[in-house]
Amino acid sequence: MKKDIIIAGVGGQGIISIAAMIGYAALEKNLNIKQTEVHGMSQRGGEVVTHLRLSDTQIYSDLVPIGKADLIIGMEPLEALRYIHFLKPDGWLISNSIPIMNMISYPDINKIISRIKEVKNHILIPANDIAKQHLNNDKVVNTLLLGACAPFLGLTDKELLNAIEKFFSNKGEQIIELNKKAFQLGFNFSENYK
Amino acid sequence: MSKKLLLLGNEAIAKGAIDSGLTAIYAYPGTPSTEIAEYIENSEEAKELGVKCYWCANEKTAVEGAIGMSYAGKRAMACMKHVGLNVAADPFINSAVTRINGGLIIVAADDPSMHSSQNEQDSRFYGDFAFVPILEPSNQQEAYDIIEYAFELSEKYSIPVLLRTTTRLSHSRSAITIKTTTKQQNPLNLPKDLKQFVLLPSIARKKYKDLLNIQEKLLEESETSKYNIYKKGEDNSLGIITTGIAYNYLLEVFNGNVPYSYLKISQYPIPIKLVKELYNTSDEIIVIEEGYPFVEKQLRGLLNIGKKIKGRLDGTLPRDGELNPNIVAKAFNINWETHYNVPSEVVVRPPRLCPGCPHADTFLALKEALRDYSEGRVFSDIGCYTLGALPPYEILNSCVDMGAAITMAKGAADAGLTPAISVIGDSTFTHSGMTGLLDCVTYNSNVKIIILDNYTTAMTGGQPSLGYGKLENICKGLGVPEEHIKTIIPLPKNFETNVAILKDEFKYNGVSVIISKRECVITAGRKMREKFKK
Repeated sequence: MKKDIIIAGVGGQGIISIAAMIGYAALEKNLNIKQTEVHGMSQRGGEVVTHLRLSDTQIYSDLVPIGKADLIIGMEPLEALRYIHFLKPDGWLISNSIPIMNMISYPDINKIISRIKEVKNHILIPANDIAKQHLNNDKVVNTLLLGACAPFLGLTDKELLNAIEKFFSNKGEQIIELNKKAFQLGFNFSENYK
Repeated sequence: MSKKLLLLGNEAIAKGAIDSGLTAIYAYPGTPSTEIAEYIENSEEAKELGVKCYWCANEKTAVEGAIGMSYAGKRAMACMKHVGLNVAADPFINSAVTRINGGLIIVAADDPSMHSSQNEQDSRFYGDFAFVPILEPSNQQEAYDIIEYAFELSEKYSIPVLLRTTTRLSHSRSAITIKTTTKQQNPLNLPKDLKQFVLLPSIARKKYKDLLNIQEKLLEESETSKYNIYKKGEDNSLGIITTGIAYNYLLEVFNGNVPYSYLKISQYPIPIKLVKELYNTSDEIIVIEEGYPFVEKQLRGLLNIGKKIKGRLDGTLPRDGELNPNIVAKAFNINWETHYNVPSEVVVRPPRLCPGCPHADTFLALKEALRDYSEGRVFSDIGCYTLGALPPYEILNSCVDMGAAITMAKGAADAGLTPAISVIGDSTFTHSGMTGLLDCVTYNSNVKIIILDNYTTAMTGGQPSLGYGKLENICKGLGVPEEHIKTIIPLPKNFETNVAILKDEFKYNGVSVIISKRECVITAGRKMREKFKK
């Protein structure tokens, strides 16, 4: 088993949380893990990316090679597209379709969305809208996206739900339940996509 | 007994130090080095063991603190980013001449590709310059293991050891096996010779010869080090020298089965015997190293005669920037095809000041106050506020090194650009700005120094700012006239008042300090949440 994953977003969106939840599940399964983080200047509302590698054999490079990622998780559509060259031909791109327009000239969002639709295997999910509509809370967007990616991670939903429980263990029962619901919403969305 | 932990490279270094009998770490925060000291600061285990974390005014004071701890017989560590070692170069170089007592490790975290830096200088040159051993771990496990070895090496030869890490290792997480036992700290134990640290010329000359005399021993240590791996391959057409994290990319490219002989270096001085063996048994050599072509340049020499040496200097690898698996694959003519290309619509998303950031309000007021002056007179410094050089503010004209905002403004004012404006953060001010302010006061230069006091070292994640609550008194003590030390609160509602105060000071011909005071929104938010939790 070997999964090379790129998680992309904007500083402050919590991409590290997604990586940590997947990491917990992988550790439980005794998989090898490497996960890069971005610290410093870019964290201030700029582009942030995490390379996450899981494998049952030894992992050498901390960086995923360009053209070899199995999965790109986009917290934001422009950021998902920024790392598209990492995706292998039959890899999956799963992205939030809701943009963060904290820049002076954000490109035409329709153009960005249509570019994502050109990717052979893609799922576009309006994660913020779904979270607001069903849970009245858009702070769980990352768990919702994690749910949407669950079928492609090589980890079972049970393993991931356990990881969510662990990750939020000191936040109380309510937060855990909320995040489990968000996970399920994302999971269902992917299962029913197209 | 052992157990596994998921740690960043930086955290592995810190944990390795705790487990190896460290007594204290001294540091000034700087990306990508910050998490080393932070880990020790927040570690319950370190607290129980009495291992201390001291955030220092700058990297020089940090290294000097660590040298003092070593003088007293204890194991010490000083951590900084690569450019921090420029600041600390003086004590670092001289600590090799004095030699040490308790084990001393200096960690420099290099930032190739300048993810969060002004340059991509390679700290190995400093290690070579100082005649000290350099260790360059290639992965998180090695980063953990090598610390114990570094302290032993340091104490065996009574020499400081430079540990070089790079962004990708510092900021990448992996599961590592840790020891479940902790080495006891050294007892307080002064040097046998109480003049060991007295570098009067007559003593220094002798000590310098001693330093030169142990170089052969240090070379032997490198040549037999378990961290330098020589592996014979079946194909002699090429021999590979690789160092530190570049080793991982080599293994990635060949999926662990490199057909050529290779030498992986994680301990310096460069192990000459091993290099010679590789050179003699291969038709050509390729050198793959993260950072400057440090090994490659020495191997080529001035004349570059002999076998072909490939690397960063002949274009086989890029001359600048960080390596990655694809770049290394290309160096072996291995073509990894990419299927998707980044479309042209994808534009850069530059970092920006956080919503509600106090710097934004200061910049808006400054921009207005400068409306009647010609452009190009605002000297700035290193911190989040450097983003004021980008739209929508675009009012900063320099960012060179810590503290330069004040001294460059003085120089420009000396040249006739008056008033010259200086914009500097609170932590940067106490790092290297205070001495420059004394220069300004001495000559009553026409400079207007705006200290952006957000109560923290914000850009690296909110470490303490050592001048907190002391800035007015520091400026007074350095001789700035009390009536020209002004405080403003950078909030939209104070815009008019702040502009008026700034304009007023701009008219005065002499040194003014305007302290713009409001807490960083990130640290303020964090404190609020913690309070709410309770």
